[in-house]
Formats: sequence, structure tokens, C-alpha cells
Amino acid sequence: MTHQPLSQSVDPRDVLATDALLTDEERLLRDTVRQFVGDRILPEVGAWFDAGTFPREMAKEFGALGLLGMHLDGYGCAGTSATAYGLACTELEAGDSGARSFVSVQGSLAMFPIHAFGSEEQKQEWLPGMAAGELVGCFGLTEPDSGSDPGSMRTTARQDASGDWVLNGSKMWITNGSIADVAVVWARTDPDGPDAGAVRGFVVPTATPGFSAPEIHRKVSLRASVTSELVLDDVRLPAGAALPGVRGMRGPLSCLNEARFGISFGAVGAARACYEAALAYASERVQFERPIASFQLTQKKLVDMMTRVQQGTLLALHLGRMKDAGTLATPQVSFGKRENVRMALEVAREARSVLGANGITTEYPVIRHMNNLESVFTYEGTTEIHTLILGQAITGLPAFG
Amino acid sequence: MNVVVCVKQIPDPADPGALDPSTKTLKRDGKLILDESDSYGVEMALQLVDAAGGGEVTLVSMAPNSEVGGLRTALAMGAAKAVLVSDDALKGSDALGTSKVLAKAIERAGAADLILTATESSDGYTGTVPEMVAELMGLPSVTFAKSITIDGGAAKVQRQTEAGYDDVECPLPAVVSVTAGVVEPRYPSFKGIMAAKSKPVDEVTVADLGIDAGAVGWAGGGQEIVEVAEAEAREAGTIVEDDGEGFQKVVDYLSELKVI
Ligand SMILES: Cc1cc2nc3c(=O)[nH]c(=O)nc-3n(C[C@H](O)[C@H](O)[C@H](O)COP(=O)(O)OP(=O)(O)OC[C@H]3O[C@@H](n4cnc5c(N)ncnc54)[C@H](O)[C@@H]3O)c2cc1C
Ligand SMILES: Cc1cc2nc3c(=O)[nH]c(=O)nc-3n(C[C@H](O)[C@H](O)[C@H](O)COP(=O)(O)OP(=O)(O)OC[C@H]3O[C@@H](n4cnc5c(N)ncnc54)[C@H](O)[C@@H]3O)c2cc1C
Repeated sequence: MTHQPLSQSVDPRDVLATDALLTDEERLLRDTVRQFVGDRILPEVGAWFDAGTFPREMAKEFGALGLLGMHLDGYGCAGTSATAYGLACTELEAGDSGARSFVSVQGSLAMFPIHAFGSEEQKQEWLPGMAAGELVGCFGLTEPDSGSDPGSMRTTARQDASGDWVLNGSKMWITNGSIADVAVVWARTDPDGPDAGAVRGFVVPTATPGFSAPEIHRKVSLRASVTSELVLDDVRLPAGAALPGVRGMRGPLSCLNEARFGISFGAVGAARACYEAALAYASERVQFERPIASFQLTQKKLVDMMTRVQQGTLLALHLGRMKDAGTLATPQVSFGKRENVRMALEVAREARSVLGANGITTEYPVIRHMNNLESVFTYEGTTEIHTLILGQAITGLPAFG
Repeated sequence: MNVVVCVKQIPDPADPGALDPSTKTLKRDGKLILDESDSYGVEMALQLVDAAGGGEVTLVSMAPNSEVGGLRTALAMGAAKAVLVSDDALKGSDALGTSKVLAKAIERAGAADLILTATESSDGYTGTVPEMVAELMGLPSVTFAKSITIDGGAAKVQRQTEAGYDDVECPLPAVVSVTAGVVEPRYPSFKGIMAAKSKPVDEVTVADLGIDAGAVGWAGGGQEIVEVAEAEAREAGTIVEDDGEGFQKVVDYLSELKVI
């Protein structure tokens, strides 16, 4: 063994040189999304957040790049690896959780069920337009009285003698609801019908009579994202509107696994953006005649943030490699979602403190990320629910009810 | 319509560059990326082929260590294939040596209607290669193009000048250098990125091109870097005190620089 002196220098933004774990192709894709976010999202997102909106026109730009349903095959989708999808989520969320949410909902929650459980006609009808961003999709699972326990949903689907389905009920907190062209809605079937009361998915064109989607206002989190209620009042759909490939809660839960996987990566992006903002600010801000980065307390904050971002990066990448190898398990997805979102929220709060008063304005990205992450903490399975999933996985004892 | 675009692969300008004290040249042993200056030529070539309704864009690059990083970016944008010249004998090539190699590599790329380059690279920026390539190939040379349209066998070029632009025209094939910033380079799409890895890169040596190794590299250099010296520290800028007429002084200064 030779004894070469170790190098003293590291990249402050990637201290563990995790970049070397990516292939050239993954790096090119990552850099492309990073550049897109720098050109098209970062200059505008502060204003979108302040105005409480996300411009629908961005969908076509996402589509042109190939971001929508990117890890699905065929039907105009790019067909990348799962890891590549994750890396794109990281870069999008380094811009804003709202942009990443748009892409997650479109790809993992609306396109994925059609791709995985839809009929050939449903796939042909919807997926190419959704991949191109010409059509926007949303995913309706949560209801006013049914959140962490979606199996308790009250929305019903009844099939009448003609074979038509009639949907009634309401959905709550639905991302992209008011701007969607199509909603994938989960509803409970007739207990005495052929599906014996199982939950089924329906592809609902939002122009169908009886469907409305009032927007939810007064949010203080995820403001650069449209959130809505879905009201289904005798929404009549042809027999072919039901997703034929799945019955029961496995349907919506498998979509959530897809999206949660993306969030494990996305949260790293938000955390990284906060850490980098804090590092830059601390190097420039002078107090007591010295840059605040020269104080030991500030250095501890920066090092803690850096360490957690790097750990989160490794965790996400590990999950990505497992998903591509086909070995990823549900509790592992919970591990990634729970740990990385918690990490990102703590990093954002620490970064906020480094920025002092500037940390509370949307002139800087940090408080925007911090507020956004509160939504990310809650949606796609709250931190508590993922704790219970992991708790059951390691003890064998369910503690949900 | 077939267009060849010369693309230089350079050290990432975001990373601090370093000079090799023994050769007095830029270190190019790390990863190289597509020179941003060349992304405009690639975009323009893709648009011209699109407008012509057929044909393809071929890349030509000379770079050390079989580097394809920058080529893959341009292939992902939509170029069809590439010729890469990589050979230890090319170390230390000056602009003329580079031009000799590029001229031969362009011929190898197949019959081209148009050859595009940037007006100058971002690292060496002698801004001389395009004209030398044209001369060596016996083709017309048009520089500083801000737009190109093809009309039958001719290229109509708006050629940027200090005051505006000149309309010039030349027969094809021709070598045209494209000014930075005149078109918006597209993002490589994910489908493009994934397709890029299977697009052909024809890697060749100096011998494959029928070039005598003594005519290029250190051996063939017509110039020698005798000394490199630290650039002088930048002088502090001029501070204009606003006495109510400050704007006039700024305007005068800017017109002196011909910026406005
Ligand atoms: C911005 C935003 C966008 C959203 N987008 C969508 C969307 O597109 N589609 C969609 O279907 N839904 C969406 N949601 C809804 C989201 O998935 C739910 O909010 C989430 O599942 C939690 O449900 P809840 O809000 O009803 O909280 P509840 O389930 O009422 O939970 C309240 C609290 O109780 C805790 N809790 C619940 N059960 C237990 C238990 N057994 N043990 C311990 N603690 C427990 C929870 O962890 C939480 O802390 C979105 C939410 C937000 C905020
Ligand atoms: C001050 C100085 C330092 C230099 N340092 C080094 C060094 O460290 N190592 C070294 O090897 N050479 C070095 N060179 C040589 C220089 O890199 C070569 O001359 C170069 O290949 C061509 O010169 P340029 O980049 O100035 O081309 P320019 O004339 O500025 O290039 C114009 C355009 O020609 C095309 N083009 C140029 N070069 C290539 C290429 N290689 N492949 C494809 N297209 C190309 C591109 O479209 C480019 O934008 C140096 C030259 C100078 C003047």
C-alpha cells in the first residue's frame, strides 16, 4: 500500500463528492434541470409565492424538457431511470417545493395510475397529452374527514343499469385541482355491487357536469402551487372511466409510494438551497467587524446543515439505486420520506436563523422553503404515519388504530 | 441540408482553471464540458436543418483523453453524430495546428453544406480558427453571423458590426462563425439525453486523418509560449460623484465605450 498524502480540499457544496456516484448521463440530466430551474423558476418563484399561484403555462415547459411522467415508458414519456427522476425532483425542489409538487402530482399521482392500471384506450387518450404538459392532471384521495386514514373515504361510485358510473362526494387539499383537465379520483364502490365495496380509481375529465374544483386560499405554505377542493355532485361517467387494473387501497397507495420516493430526493434539494443560501450569507454578512461565518457558533450551524444535506443525498441515492434494481420496499420509502423531509425542515430553520431578519422575507429563498416544507411534512403520509409504518416494520406490531 | 458544427470541449469555467507551469498551458486533464460559445452554433445548425426539412447535424471536436462530455451535451440537444480527434500527438497544438486537424476532421464527417463555429472559444479565444479552417479547406469564410438563411446554393448572413449588421451572401459550402447570444440554445430533452449515449462518435487519431504528427502539437507549433505572467490586478473603477449632472457623465462614458 502506498501512503499518499490526502487532499486537503473539498467542494463546500458537495463535501463527500457524491457527484462521483452519478453516471455521465445522470449528471447531464441533473445539470439540465438545474439550469432550467435557474433560468425559469428561480427568477419568478418569489413572485408566484407572494401572489399565491403557479402558472399553468409552466406545464408545457416541463413537458418539453421531458419532466412529466419521465420515468414511465412509452406514450410520449421519456422513460428514464427512477434515480434520474429523483435527481430531477432534487433540482426542482431546490427551486421550490411547489414546482416539484406539480411534477410529482402529474407524473407519480395522475399519470402513474393510468399507466399502471389503465386500459389501453385510457393510456392512449390521456398519457401523451399529459407527458407534453398540454393536459394537467390531479389526484383526489384525501377528503375533509379522511386524511391519514384514506380507507375511511366517503366518496362513492355507483354503477347504474346502463353501466355508467355516478360519483358523489368531495375531496380536499388536491394539488392542481382547479387547473386540471383530468382528475384521478378514488371512490368506494357499492358494498353489494360486483366490486364488493372496494375502492376504485376513476379517470374524470374535469369538464364533466357535476364536477367543480374551488381553489383553497389563505395558505401560508406551498403558495407557489394550486390547492383545491373537488366537489363531485352526481358526476356521470361511462363504464370505461374506471381504471380496470386495480381494486382496493393498493391502487392509491402504490401511487403514493411513487411520489414519496420523489419527495425523498426533492427534500434534499430544498435543504441544499437553504444551506447554500446560509453559507453565502454568512460569508458576506459582517458583524463585530468580521464575517459571521468566522464565528464558531455559525460554523457549527453550517457544518451541521452541510452534514445533514450530504447524508440526505446519500440516502436518496441509495433508495434510487434500489428502486432501479427492483428491490425497494415500502418501509424503505417511508424511511426516505420521513427522514429527508424532517432533515430539510431542520436545515431550513437553522438556515433561517443564520440570515437574521433577512431570513424572514421572501427576498431570500429560505423562509419560502421552510414554510413549504411544512406541507411536505404533512402530505404524502405525515411524519407520524411513516413512523408507524416503520414501527410496524421493525416490531411486527401495527400501532395505527 | 447537412451542417457540421465545430465544438470545443473546455474545462468548466465555474471551476478555477490552472496553468501547467512546465508547458505554460491550461490544464485540461479534468472533465471537459461543451463550450457555451458553441451551443449557439449547435442551436443554429439544428434550426437550419429543421427549416430545410431534412438532413443532419454532425459535430467535430478535437480534445484530449477521448473526452466526449461536451459532445454528449450537443448530441442530446439533437445533433446526429460526431467526429472526435483525440491523440497525444496533439498536445500543445496552436491555433493553426488545431485548424489543420479540424479541416481534415470536417472532411471526414461527410459532405457538408455548411460549417459553423463560434467566433471565439471561451478558453483560448484567439478567434482565429474559423478563418484558418476556411482557408485550409478553400471555402468562403463569413464571420460574426447573427442570423443565417439558406437560399438555394447560397447562405444569406446578417453579419454583426459595431453599428448594426451587414447583409452578406456567399456560395455554399462555407465556414460561418456564429456570434454568442444570437439564438437561445435549447435545453437537451430527457429523450435526447438518453438517445445521446447511443449516437455514434467516430474517434480518430492524427494518423487516421492522414496528418503528419510532426505538423501538429508541440512539434508543429508555429508559436511558442515563452513566458506566462500574472495578470495585473484590476484597477479600481471610476467613481462618478453625482452633483446633479452625474447621469450626463455616465452617458458620456458609455458612449465613449460605444456601448450606447
Ligand atoms: C399543500 C397540500 C397539498 C396536498 N395535495 C394532495 C393531493 O394532491 N391529493 C390528495 O389526495 N391529498 C393531498 N393532500 C392531503 C394530504 O395528503 C393530507 O393532508 C395528509 O394525508 C394528512 O391528512 P389530514 O390533513 O387530514 O390530517 P389528519 O390525518 O387528520 O392528521 C392530523 C394529525 O394527526 C396525526 N395522526 C393521524 N393518525 C394518527 C395515528 N394513527 N397515530 C398518530 N398520529 C396520527 C397526523 O400525523 C397529523 O399530525 C395535500 C395536503 C397539503 C397540505
Ligand atoms: C493564451 C493561450 C493559451 C493556450 N493554452 C492552451 C493550453 O493550455 N492547452 C492547449 O492544448 N492549447 C492551448 N492554447 C491553444 C488553443 O487552445 C488552441 O489554439 C485552440 O485549440 C484553438 O484556439 P482558440 O481556442 O483560441 O480558438 P478560437 O479561434 O477562439 O475558436 C473559435 C471556434 O473554433 C472552434 N474550435 C476551436 N478549437 C476547437 C477544437 N479543439 N475543437 C473543435 N472546435 C474548435 C470552436 O467553434 C471555437 O469557438 C492556448 C492558446 C492561447 C492563445
